[in-house]
Amino acid sequence: MTTIESYKTKSGVGVSAQRPDAVPKATGKFSFSSDLSSHNMLWGQTLRSPLPSARIKSIDFSEALAISGVHAILTANDVPGKNLFGLEHPDQPVLADDLIRYAGEPIALVAAEHPEIAANAINAIHVTFEELTPLTDAESAITADPIHPEGNVIRHLKIDHGDPSVTGDLVIEGTYEVGMQDQAFMGTESGMAVPSPDGSVDLYISTQWLHSDQNQIIEALDLPEDMVRLTLAGVGGAFGGREDVSMHVHLCMLALHTGRPVKMIYDRNESFLGHVHRHPAKIWYRHHATEDGQIVKVEGKIILDGGAYASTTSAALANACCFSTGPYRVPNAQIEGWGVRTNNPPCGAMRGFGNVQTCFAIEAQMDKVAKALGIDPVELRLINALEQGDTIITGQKITGAAPVKEVISSLADHPMPGPAENNLLARPGGTGRTTDQKHIKRGVGFAVSIKNLMFAEGFDDSSEALCQVEDGNVAIHTACVEVGQGFITLIHQIAEEVLGTSDITIIPADTSIGSAGSTSASRQTWMSGGAVLKACEAVVVKLIEQIFEDEGVKYENFNGTLVSEDGTKTIPVSEALKGRSFHEKIVHRHAPTFPLNNKGQGDAHVSFAFAAHRAVVDVDQELGLVRIIEIATSQDVGRILNPLQAVGQIEGGITQGLGLAVLEELVMKNGVIQNANFTDYLLPTALDTPPIEIAALIEEPEPGAPFGAKGIGEPPTISSTPAVVAAIRDATGIDLRRVPVRPEDIALE
Amino acid sequence: MIMEVLIASSTEEICELLEQDSSRQLLAGGTDFMVEVNYRHRSPSSVITIDQVPELQNWHHDGDSVVVGSCVTYREIERGPLATLVPALAQAARTVGSPQIRNAGTIGGNIGTASPAGDMIPVLSALGAVISLRSSEGKREVSLEDLIVGVKQTSLRRGEFIESVRVPVLDSPQEFLKVGSRSAMVISVTSLAFITYPKTRSVGIGLGAVNPIPTRAKEAEVFIADFLDWETMQVDPSGIDHFKDLVSAASSPIDDHRSVAAYRRKSIGILAQRALTRVFTEGVL
Ligand SMILES: Cc1cc2nc3c(=O)[nH]c(=O)nc-3n(C[C@H](O)[C@H](O)[C@H](O)COP(=O)(O)OP(=O)(O)OC[C@H]3O[C@@H](n4cnc5c(N)ncnc54)[C@H](O)[C@@H]3O)c2cc1C
Repeated sequence: MTTIESYKTKSGVGVSAQRPDAVPKATGKFSFSSDLSSHNMLWGQTLRSPLPSARIKSIDFSEALAISGVHAILTANDVPGKNLFGLEHPDQPVLADDLIRYAGEPIALVAAEHPEIAANAINAIHVTFEELTPLTDAESAITADPIHPEGNVIRHLKIDHGDPSVTGDLVIEGTYEVGMQDQAFMGTESGMAVPSPDGSVDLYISTQWLHSDQNQIIEALDLPEDMVRLTLAGVGGAFGGREDVSMHVHLCMLALHTGRPVKMIYDRNESFLGHVHRHPAKIWYRHHATEDGQIVKVEGKIILDGGAYASTTSAALANACCFSTGPYRVPNAQIEGWGVRTNNPPCGAMRGFGNVQTCFAIEAQMDKVAKALGIDPVELRLINALEQGDTIITGQKITGAAPVKEVISSLADHPMPGPAENNLLARPGGTGRTTDQKHIKRGVGFAVSIKNLMFAEGFDDSSEALCQVEDGNVAIHTACVEVGQGFITLIHQIAEEVLGTSDITIIPADTSIGSAGSTSASRQTWMSGGAVLKACEAVVVKLIEQIFEDEGVKYENFNGTLVSEDGTKTIPVSEALKGRSFHEKIVHRHAPTFPLNNKGQGDAHVSFAFAAHRAVVDVDQELGLVRIIEIATSQDVGRILNPLQAVGQIEGGITQGLGLAVLEELVMKNGVIQNANFTDYLLPTALDTPPIEIAALIEEPEPGAPFGAKGIGEPPTISSTPAVVAAIRDATGIDLRRVPVRPEDIALE
Repeated sequence: MIMEVLIASSTEEICELLEQDSSRQLLAGGTDFMVEVNYRHRSPSSVITIDQVPELQNWHHDGDSVVVGSCVTYREIERGPLATLVPALAQAARTVGSPQIRNAGTIGGNIGTASPAGDMIPVLSALGAVISLRSSEGKREVSLEDLIVGVKQTSLRRGEFIESVRVPVLDSPQEFLKVGSRSAMVISVTSLAFITYPKTRSVGIGLGAVNPIPTRAKEAEVFIADFLDWETMQVDPSGIDHFKDLVSAASSPIDDHRSVAAYRRKSIGILAQRALTRVFTEGVL
């Protein structure tokens, strides 16, 4: 077999192949959705409600329509089909017809010759509102008068596991809060709809899931599937914020109405209003532990504020509840969760999806238990760490890889950073020159997380891929959306692995092939990667059959090289493909999952990934300023398919996690976002982002996963937040119970 | 909508253009102006660009002061000879926005915007800056306190613009400290300038982002003078706590989405203490 190894090329799976779009993106040549343009194109804009709760009394757009260059003004009356959409189920109006349920809700659309004319028209539309009192407190929403025909409780979920009468030697209680984080992707929402004379429409859009968009659009437009075609346009980041429909239906309506291509670009302010955010959460926990540090029971109540419409609140709540006890063995648990409706902006998917909120709280609780018992926090986590074969609180047995202890130990063993550079810029306060060495206290925090991979609770999750060979030229087609995660690199790597060549064409993602599912839930490597792998393998199977028919020799494929049964003949697959044509389309599914029963029990999840983070911070306690010195991590990755991209995901995810820890929050006042701009929605700058140290990437192949690889996109975001906050607690001694931690939370304590 | 853009090449030309139509608006670096235009908070019909006017782009050392043209950028202020002559101004300039903003943004624009969080404001205030204003009627000089009269409000007259800013060259320690939630590129939550005047044995303290108009902590300035030894550059620690309180008391901050008043009041005092003890070492006199 040793000879076979040498056939393995340098760009297959496991190497740091370079992204095909890396250079174009770095040099500005990459075409994003905002670069779309078409002959004869009109510009669309959206009128949104300034009020979070109101009744529309009248809309007068006669003045706006009279403006020269304005071609259409559309309202709820113009929605051809159902005036409802929604990712999990349709509950949100395409355009508000009667009630306004959040500040930013779309009311009317304009198409005009120029964006300035469109903006003038927007200003000339006069809406009279009857202002209503907004419902903004998630907890009171549970019992408050409904603000939507479907009621305020989107989902109420109970997990009842083990024996509720068990108590511990030690009981630790805590209440925690998570503020509203935003995906804040760089490229704002943009797209273009192009109508056809037959009444059909092509939509070019940056999104995460073309087919889900399509399903929602056809309902609203009342058109058959083949009359609404979607093609992916260049995506400038997503992080969950593009999973929901934003301008999609609006663009199609305007294009079909005017008979001209219509383009829209949200400005930054509108972008903050135009997509869902991370659910703010209120979490209460009571932990029971034995004297020697075993967690014997966890009780918890979790409230996620879903805002005005359902979006993915139901699934996010399931994640929050199912993993509410962390990556630990917890034999008894009573967890109750509510995903509720309020007049706050709708919340939905964001990297870490439900797990981020509870991880922050659970890890704080673990530290409190450790402290109360006098056990080292790392040791406490090791004592309780899940292992393969253990059961989680939904009664599901972990059958795949669960190297939780390895993740924790490898990180704990990693050397600590030295003191910060001796200059003002390297200290808390940064360029503000606030902090001298003597004001600094150092702290270290440790946190561990669990994340489920892929969709759950019985969802029929699939991805389709086509491997097409024409006279030896290979093309691969999926509807998998590249949001920056690197799937396009992976297609080349997988093709190389099977076909022995990475010289392939990637057919743009669109709806002419079956769904790939969403680029979310850390699922595309497994799902669409698996589909591409199977499609390529199917081609090789056909190829081997053909050669056998032609030559009577039986070959076997070893990483892109065909070797004859007797070992005497070899031929690269790419050579063998020359002059031949194949068309292999397959649908890939992961193992089925099942719904949770009325006790929250069931095999609802496919696979689990684990990560640990250690943060080192310098805190100026008097001023409440924090400088993160280093974040180190170990992560359970199954298998690394592209080390460079893996590191990229880890660095980016950690940066988003530290953003939630100390900076990123949409500040709400009476249902209205106060900082829908980059002046005041503070993302980490280069100066806020510390060196990120990778202590270990644990490669324990996951059964059932293509190449054994686990999704790696979400875990970095989850436990980095609690690690940073734990480090601040360690430095200051303050029991911080809310993220993001603001200077006043420290300084005014 | 049609917008007229007039490119001025001299201060006389600005005067003339404003005399013809005083509703014309001045565009310097555009880093405040264009944000307002983009968000439609401002829709001028006629704009005069002034950033190519040589007299406004230059600065000169004039005896014991420097005169800084209104269109001098942060980039110019934050390093080189100006940074040596007026270190606190440079320290403040380095905190403004990003390199791109500092390449475009000007000191005159910061004053023109008259935001309580403008980072030049506390420094100019503590330095006792004199602002030269110009119009077709002639020139006049005002203090910053007379020019900025409210949140985003100036006492500029019709047809008048900011020509330059005069600040003293002191050759003694100066400090600017700014609190923001982020390590860089952040609007001030509070900021403070601390200027020493060895000749008069006094200090000047300018407060940022805690009052609607430029404010000096006058009582604190007077109070601490008795606790300073200018020969040894020491401060008697027994005066520090009250000094801090007096600085906090000179602030009248608000709660907003960037912070809360209580934090602003507390932190401005801490900044004052830190500036003080960076310049004067603690020691019983
Ligand atoms: C991303 C970003 C970050 C920022 N960060 C900071 C920060 O950290 N600290 C801070 O203080 N500011 C900050 N700002 C605000 C801005 O950069 C500064 O206020 C800057 O000094 C404005 O100068 P400008 O030349 O760009 O002014 P412009 O935008 O051209 O003009 C501002 C106002 O002043 C008027 N004006 C300009 N020149 C004159 C003159 N000579 N006479 C009379 N009126 C005049 C204009 O008519 C206008 O009303 C930031 C802005 C951005 C976009």
